[in-house]
Amino acid sequence: MTPLVLTAFTAVNALGRGSAAVLKALTAVRTGLKPCSFERVSLETYVGEVAGLDDLRVCERLAEFDCRNNRLAELTLEQDGFTARIAQARVKYGARRVAVILGTSTSGILETERAYRRRDPLTGALPADFRFATTHNLYASTDFVRRYLGLEGPAAMISTACSSSAKVFASAWRLMTQGLCDAAVVGGVDSLCRNTLYGFASLDLVGREPCRPCDAQRGGISIGEAAGFALLERPEQAASHSGVALLGYGESSDAYHMSTPHPEGAGAALAMQRALTCAALPPAAIDYINMHGTASQVNDSMEDKAISTVFGTNTACSSTKGWTGHALGAAGITEAVISALCIRNGLMPGCLNTRSIDPGFTSKVLLTNQSAAARRVLSNSFGFGGSNCSLIFGAHP
Amino acid sequence: MIELWIEGVGIYAPGLAGWERAAPVLAGRQPYAPVEPPKLAPALLPADVRRRTTEHIRLAVEVADEAVRQAQADAAALWSVFATSESDGAISHNICEEVAKDVPEVSPTRFHNSVTNAPAGYWCMAVQSQAPSTSLSGFDASFGVGLIEAGVQVGVERCRVLLVAHDAPFPEPLHSVRPISALFGAALVLAPARSARSLARIVVAIEPTLHALSRMADAGIDGLRTGNPAARILPLLAALARRESGELFLPYVHSQALRVTLEPV
Repeated sequence: MTPLVLTAFTAVNALGRGSAAVLKALTAVRTGLKPCSFERVSLETYVGEVAGLDDLRVCERLAEFDCRNNRLAELTLEQDGFTARIAQARVKYGARRVAVILGTSTSGILETERAYRRRDPLTGALPADFRFATTHNLYASTDFVRRYLGLEGPAAMISTACSSSAKVFASAWRLMTQGLCDAAVVGGVDSLCRNTLYGFASLDLVGREPCRPCDAQRGGISIGEAAGFALLERPEQAASHSGVALLGYGESSDAYHMSTPHPEGAGAALAMQRALTCAALPPAAIDYINMHGTASQVNDSMEDKAISTVFGTNTACSSTKGWTGHALGAAGITEAVISALCIRNGLMPGCLNTRSIDPGFTSKVLLTNQSAAARRVLSNSFGFGGSNCSLIFGAHP
Repeated sequence: MIELWIEGVGIYAPGLAGWERAAPVLAGRQPYAPVEPPKLAPALLPADVRRRTTEHIRLAVEVADEAVRQAQADAAALWSVFATSESDGAISHNICEEVAKDVPEVSPTRFHNSVTNAPAGYWCMAVQSQAPSTSLSGFDASFGVGLIEAGVQVGVERCRVLLVAHDAPFPEPLHSVRPISALFGAALVLAPARSARSLARIVVAIEPTLHALSRMADAGIDGLRTGNPAARILPLLAALARRESGELFLPYVHSQALRVTLEPV
């Protein structure tokens, strides 16, 4: 495919606000995971919480969108000069020619959870101040971001569980290739809520300690919250850029089980192979793989098999969820930004919190950070329902 | 602008259960009677699987299966796009009610069915498809957002795409804050080129200026159209049923419209 450049990108997650904070925590080997004290949740687990969201409000003109998910979106748009870069793109292309394609799994459902605790004891009605369309509805954060940035191009909220904000890159590339827009804001936002914490706990997938991806003793996931955004432009139209381009994408379905991936990683391998085909690259061209690596027993084991099948046993790989936690619908964009930072800074992170790699694994899992040129990085995102997406990013001169 | 060829249609709604029954009503040749549709029991889902699914999931599988059978398409080879404004409202209600308790006990099956792409997951399992599948939302414009996503997949990837739009009413108390009047599901099989299966050619474009949206002539059917985001597809299905060339305007995000030009084959 014809590459698109990431002319700007940003992220906020448990590691901090903006890409410099994320990079600093990665290089300092400092986790963002903390014992869970969120929203009176009684589970013994660690979460990747973004500090300070309770004290924020969204901007006055969009006050009806105020909720944790949109606060996190706005906070993120204000990092790394991202909003200012979008203002330039809006002038350059016109508001109607810039798309906003985002991903989420639960949107602002936390607002509904809170409203359900304030139902009228007699009628069961929700409180009068509860706003649905601008908070809980799946599209709410795309609507918010589009209004915040003053963009009027094609828009969508993709919701395919944990692959949501990876698939946005494929959708945006297709929209630009079809000529429906000239640039696209892609990304995602997912915030903590009791739905996902208790939901994943019901499936015995939540770990009691900070998650240890690929560890022989891995005990489950640490749920996180995050947002991230990138501006995609055609190389010939980009005035300046971040030095990173989207080179390929691969999407697949497991067709196996709703909440368990195919044990041999068939769907995951297919997504990676399709990404390589899309980028017209051989497996050996990939320097580092940012794994989905949730630290669940089945995910890490099937992903190791899938990577070994496609790449053999010599391609460096690791999961960065020991730093950020699993940001679910925002995992794809969080790890796309981390991949871009790795490319720019010659970094291959290890698996934080992991003590010894599962002896059954055959792929080359990194335990510690390596300083090494990562010219091309493949990033994996796999979700419930068997939704898989692999992205390839590369250095762009 | 995107050029697409419609090869199959599925529909399920009050008084409009199945294309064969719905087409003469949508074409205006038979009166509309909003009778309860038959119980959703898509044959594609084995009984044990069906028991674990919800109405929202069964609705999607039912209309998808109808469209794919009509198109005589290879179901496993189709890419798919599932458009929904609200995902599964009954599950949202159930889980929000449960997690409002101090010690919630969320059902694991209900939780994995709560992901927006659960219908897509069941569909892919039922037809053993490893093709890409995307689930998305655009609030009241969800059908339009789905049509654009499916359209660019057809246009750019040159693949056949199954597009499903479906939404079901919320239970109370959410129904009061987001009223969806009735169950509605529809599906289209879209292809990049004309074939022996082509029913119509459509050209889809995002309209640059504000434009009045197409309505349904029958007040009852128009009430269905405005009462469920997925039912915004109805003017397109009516044109298909009438087998008439024409230009339609369907809702897109932020009061924009999609201009859909249809020519029957």
